[in-house]
Amino acid sequence: MTLTQFNPLELLAVLPELALVIWALVILAADLITGGIKRRTLGLLTAIGMVGVLIISLITMPQAGQITPTVLGALIRNDLYTFVFRTIFIVAGAITALIAGDFKIARAGGEFYALLILATMSMCVMAASVDIIMLYLATEAASISLYLLAGFMRDTPRSAEAGMKYFVFGAVASTVMLFGLSLLYGASGGMTGYPPLSIVFQQQSPSTIALVSQYPDTFTLASFGLLFVMVGFMFKTSAVPFHFWSPDVYEGAPTPVSGFLSTASKAAGFAVMMRFIYYAFPPGLSPVSNIWVVMMQPIAILTMFLGNLLAVTQTNIKRMLAYSSIAQAGYMLMGATAFGWSADRADALASIIFYVGTYMICNIAAFAIVGAVSVHLGSENITDFAGMSRRSPYLALAMVGCMLSLTGAPPLIGFIGKLFVFRAAMNANLIMLMIVGIINVLISVYYYLGVTRAMYSDKGDQSAPAIKIGSNTTWVVGVSSVALVLLTVVATPFWNLALEAARSFLS
Amino acid sequence: MLNGIPLYWYLIVAAAMFCIGLYGALARTNAIAVLMGVELMLNAVNINLLAFWRYLTPESPAGLAFAAFVFIVAAAEAAVGLALIISVYRNMNSIDPEKLDLMKL
Repeated sequence: MTLTQFNPLELLAVLPELALVIWALVILAADLITGGIKRRTLGLLTAIGMVGVLIISLITMPQAGQITPTVLGALIRNDLYTFVFRTIFIVAGAITALIAGDFKIARAGGEFYALLILATMSMCVMAASVDIIMLYLATEAASISLYLLAGFMRDTPRSAEAGMKYFVFGAVASTVMLFGLSLLYGASGGMTGYPPLSIVFQQQSPSTIALVSQYPDTFTLASFGLLFVMVGFMFKTSAVPFHFWSPDVYEGAPTPVSGFLSTASKAAGFAVMMRFIYYAFPPGLSPVSNIWVVMMQPIAILTMFLGNLLAVTQTNIKRMLAYSSIAQAGYMLMGATAFGWSADRADALASIIFYVGTYMICNIAAFAIVGAVSVHLGSENITDFAGMSRRSPYLALAMVGCMLSLTGAPPLIGFIGKLFVFRAAMNANLIMLMIVGIINVLISVYYYLGVTRAMYSDKGDQSAPAIKIGSNTTWVVGVSSVALVLLTVVATPFWNLALEAARSFLS
Repeated sequence: MLNGIPLYWYLIVAAAMFCIGLYGALARTNAIAVLMGVELMLNAVNINLLAFWRYLTPESPAGLAFAAFVFIVAAAEAAVGLALIISVYRNMNSIDPEKLDLMKL
C-alpha cells in the first residue's frame, strides 16, 4: 500500500466490482419495496445484473499484450488474468442465482442473492489484488458471505451445521493465514505490496542485505510466513491436508451454494494463490520461493489420491461430488506444480486457468441436476437415481455428460482441460506426477460412471413419473450440456484467451 | 531501541498468544470458546503488526491501516459466527462442534 494522489480515473479498473455492489443493493431494495416479489424473479434479476456486469467487464477489458499498471495505491491490477477469472466467477454466480430461484426449500429472499453477489464481487477483487492487505480483506469478505450462504437454510439442522462447521474451520484457517501475512510484513521491513515483497526477499538486492544484517532472522521469518499463508490458500482450494471441511459443508449447504463453493470459491483460491506465490516469491530468484515450488508436488499427489479414493466409497451423491472436487483441485495443483518447475510458465498457468473454466461448467451443471432431482426424490442417495434414464431421459443424458466431462472423456470439454494440464506437467519433466494423474483419472472413472450405472442399468421404480424441474434449471442444464460438447470444437479461442491472460499475468 | 525493549520480545508475546489461541480453537468443545480462541489469534496478529510498524517503518501508515482492517474483519466475523452458532443451537440444543455429526461417513 502506497499513498498517492487519488485519480478518479483509476476507479475504471474496478468498475465491474462497483457495479456488482450497486446491483446487490438494488436486489435488496427490490425485495423490500415490492414487499417480497417472487423468489424466481429475484434470481432472474440477479442473473440479468450479472450479465450486465459481464458486458461492463468486456468494455473495460484490458488489451492483450499491453502491460497494465497497478492502480488504487498499488492494491489492484486489472490485467487480462483478472478479466478471465472475473468472467468465471460472474458466470458461476449467475448460474447459481438461476438455479437457486428453482431451489424452493432454501427460501432464498433478497438477502440470499445480495450475499451471492457480494461473494462474487469479493472473489473478483481476490483475483485482482496485488497487496497483502487487499488479499486479506477480499478473502475474508468472500469467506464471510459464503459462511452465511452455507448456513442459509437455518431451519434445517444439516444446513445450520454446515454453516457453523465452515465458519469454525474457515475462521481458524484465515487467521493462521493472517498471522503469516503479518510475519511477511515484518520480514520485508514493512512492505505490503507483492512486488516490493519480492524485491526484499531476493538474496542479492541491497535492501535485503541491509535488512538481513540488521535482523538476521529475516529469511526464517519469511519462510514461516509463507508456510502459514499457504495454509489459508490450501483451505480455500480444499487441498489435502486442509480439505476435511468440504464434504460436510457441501453435503449440508443448499445445493446451489455447494455448486458455487466447489467452483467459484475454489477458482478464487487458485487465482489468489498463483498471483501471490509468483509475484511475492518468484521461483528461482529468492531462496524462500523454493518452499512453495517443492511443496506443490506432494500436495498435488496426496490431494488427487485422497479425493479419488474416498469418493469411491460414498453413497450420498453430494458427498461424492465433494470428494471428487477435492480430487479436481489435485489436478489443478498439478498445473501449479508445473508452473513452479516449468520453463514455459505461460503455458502452465494457462492450463490452470483453462482447467478451472472447464471444471466450472461441468461441476455447476452437475450440482444443478443433483439439486433438482434430490428435492424431487427427497433423497440424495446415488442408488435412488435408479431408473432415471426412463423417468427423465434428457436429464439423465445431461448428467452422464457432466460425469464424463469431469472424468475427462474425449469428446467433451473436460478432456481438453485435462489434456492441457497433463501436457504442462510433461513439459516440466514431471513424468512421475503425470503418471500419478493418469492413475487417478482411471480411479475416478469408477465412481463417475457409478452414477451412470445407477441411472441406466438399475431398474428402479418403473411406474414413477418424470422428474419435474424448474424452467431456470432446465435452461441452465440445457445450455451447459450443449456447451460441454460444443466448446470442444471451438476450444482454440478460449485457450488463446487463457494464454494471453497468463502472459499478461507474467509481464 | 525504544525504551530499551527489543523488537523480538513483542514477537515472542505475539507468538505465545497465537499458540494459546490456536490451542483453544482446536481443543475446546464449545463453539463460543473456539470463537474466543480465534479472537486471541487475531490480537496476536495485531501485536505483530503494530510492533513491526513501530520498529521498522514508523513513517508509513500501512501497518496502522492493516491493524485497523483486522479489527473490522474480526468484528464482522464474530457477528456472523455468533449468528451461525445461534441457528445451530436452535436446531440441536448443542454448540459442541464434536457433537455435530449429522454428516459422517
